[in-house]
Order: sequence, then structure tokens, then C-alpha cells
Amino acid sequence: MNKYVERLVNGIFKENPTFVLMLGMCPTLAVTKSAINGIGMGLSTTVVLIVSNVVISALRKFIPEKVRIPYFIVVVASMVTVVELVLKAYFPDINEALGIYIPLIVVNCIIFGRVEAYAAKNSVGLSFFDGVGMGLGFTIALVLIGAFRELLGAGTIFNFRVMPESYEPISIFVQPPGAFLVLAMLTALQNKFKLPSATNGTAKKSALACGGDCAHCNAEKFASFHNSEAGSSAKKEIRKED
Amino acid sequence: MDSKYFVNLLLIFISGALINNVILSQFLGICSFLGISNKIKSSIGMGLAVIFVITMSSVICYLIYNYILAPLDLGYLNTIVFIAVIACLVQFVEMVIKKYSPALYNALGVYLPLITTNCAVLGVALLNVENGYDLVESIVSGFSAALGYTISIILMAGIRERMEYNDIPKTFQGFPITLITATLMAMAFYGFSGLV
Repeated sequence: MNKYVERLVNGIFKENPTFVLMLGMCPTLAVTKSAINGIGMGLSTTVVLIVSNVVISALRKFIPEKVRIPYFIVVVASMVTVVELVLKAYFPDINEALGIYIPLIVVNCIIFGRVEAYAAKNSVGLSFFDGVGMGLGFTIALVLIGAFRELLGAGTIFNFRVMPESYEPISIFVQPPGAFLVLAMLTALQNKFKLPSATNGTAKKSALACGGDCAHCNAEKFASFHNSEAGSSAKKEIRKED
Repeated sequence: MDSKYFVNLLLIFISGALINNVILSQFLGICSFLGISNKIKSSIGMGLAVIFVITMSSVICYLIYNYILAPLDLGYLNTIVFIAVIACLVQFVEMVIKKYSPALYNALGVYLPLITTNCAVLGVALLNVENGYDLVESIVSGFSAALGYTISIILMAGIRERMEYNDIPKTFQGFPITLITATLMAMAFYGFSGLV
């Protein structure tokens, strides 16, 4: 398989950021009230991801290793600001619906994860396709979850009525508790059928320094790394424990 | 300072801590909520660190926005500036308490780096600007949001410590049962929405 196509397949299926890596849970839970919100959030994140990946990859030989995180923050935050302004100007409805979660793309771990683990080490072309793949994987996941919640909670998909008139919407699904419930059922199904997922330990570890596994983030393990003066030796110990 | 102002502060406090709970209704800081809530001890540490950082960042972001960004008409830069300021603030706070208060550092130190990328901190700073709060309102809103975070993470840790002795179906062990617990907590907190 062509290595560029491979990046796309990887992002959409093999390492889908939502279903497999379980990254970026905050926007996943918050904006999936409807399918249309899922598309808005997914595409905004995709744009930020693609451009950040390309920019960081192009600058990777100039960014000093020790201060790379502030560089990444500035690049990602600038892109988020651009996307926010574009949405405000051309898609005010979506901007209104997504509200605070658009600027919060800055702290989405998918973006930092990809920039740190992939773009900082690979060529511009590959990083571009990695961004496209990961972004589409995220978008597809958000749309699927959003459509499911919208269908049960309001009887519609993309605001088109799908359920018969007699259907009484289960409105809890479009409320905050419904978000947790849908994700709980999704992860339970993944456990049941042993599908690859970070939540049952079958997905491969992210290349992030901390392991990237937000769902299982273990403060004590982090502490042992953090408290030791020789960070690098502690890092090795953590790897060994795993 | 009339009594209306204090009623307003009280409303901000209650809505921040209970009704618009950062975790259970706004979904900010879910990663740390699910990740560190397996022991009460560590969740208390995390909660205190979050209260400390969010309250401080609310003050600093307020000052920066109103005295630097707004007069220069640079309000649209707030995302970039806030995230940079929060990252520096966390580092700075960590260095200061490491030097001056080893006891506090032992209690909070390990949690501080985890907070830099906690979206609750940036989220609260941005919401303060969006709602046009003044300095006191920003402090109250920041403190109450962080208190809401602490309440829910400690409750969650208490439930999870007990659940270790329960017989949970294999399919639901680990992540799914944690999320089901979160669902029920979110439903309970949803009941607060009639409060104001």
C-alpha cells in the first residue's frame, strides 16, 4: 500500500483517535449532541491538525528539542484563532453551537499527540496525510456518536425527522448524562467483542512522553518520573514497568 | 456595593460549583477526572491543585485581558495569550512552592504539571471573558468552578474505591463502569439545574 494512503487508513481505522486511542474525550462528550455539531467540531479540529502538522513538520529541524512544547503551543493556538475567526465570520450558527469548545481545540490531546509523536519526526507530505487521516477519523467518530445521540434523543438525524411521529424522544440522550452513557456502552461493547481500544489495553501505546493514555493516566507513575532529578533514567524505569 | 452585587456573586458561585459543574455538565477536564479518580488521596491532591491554579489563572487572565489585550484591541488573541500564560503560571507556581513551601510542594507538586493541559483551566479563563465578569466575579467563578471539579472528582474516587470490592460483569470492568458512574452522577447534578 502507498505510504500516504496508509496514513489515511491508519487515522480513520487502525488508530482512530476517538474509538481506538480514546484521546480528546472532552470535545467528544461535549459537542456530540447532534450530528451537525459533530461535523463542525470534527472539521475545525481537522483543519487545525493538518496545518499544525505541516507547519511543525516543516520547522522540525529548526525547533530546539528542549523548548519544542512552547513552539507547538504557539503554532496550534494561532491556527485555532484563525479557525475561530473564520467560523465567526462565515458559520455563526456553528460557532454559536460549539461556543467555548472551539478555542479549547488548543488543549485537545489529539493535536499535541500527533504533532509530538508524528509531525516532529516525519516529512511534510506524510505529516499532511497523517493530519488528514486523524482529522477524518475524529470527524467520522463525532458524527457517528452525534447521529446516534440525536436519533435517540430527538428522533432526527441532521435535523431531518427519521423516527415515526409516534416516537417519544428519550431526551436524556441529548443531555450531558447521555454523553457519558453512550460512551460507557461503546467501551463496554469494545470490551465484549475485544475490539482494539486504549480502554482495554489492546491498542498500541502512543509515542507521547507520558504514554498518551489519558484515560488511564496514573498520577503516581507520573510523579515518580517528575520527582526524580534525572528525568531520563526515570523515563526508562516507567518504560520497564510497562 | 449593594446587596444585589452579593446575590449575584452567590449565584455565580452556586452555578459554577453545582449547576454548570465543569466536569459533569461542561465536560472540561475529563481526562484527569477519569484518570486520577481511583484513589481518594490523589483526587484530593489533584482537586486542591486545580483550585489553586484556576483561581490564580482567573485573576491573571482577567488582568491581562482587561489591561493589556482589550485596550490594544487584541481581544481575539486571548486563546494564544491565555494558554501561554497558564503554561508559564503552572511552571512558576511549581518553582515557587518548591522553594518556599516543601510541604505544599509534596502535597500538590506532582499534580501541577498535569494541570497545564487541563482544559478546565483555559475553559474557565475564556468563559470569564465571554461572560464579561469583573475581577471579583472572575475570582468567584474560577474558585467555584474548581470547587465543582474537586467535589465531583472526590465523589467519583469514593465510589470507585468502594467498587473495587464489587462483582462487576467482565464486559463492564474498568472504563465502562466508571463512565456509568459518571452518567449517574451527571443525572444527579442535573437535578441542581432547577436551583437558580
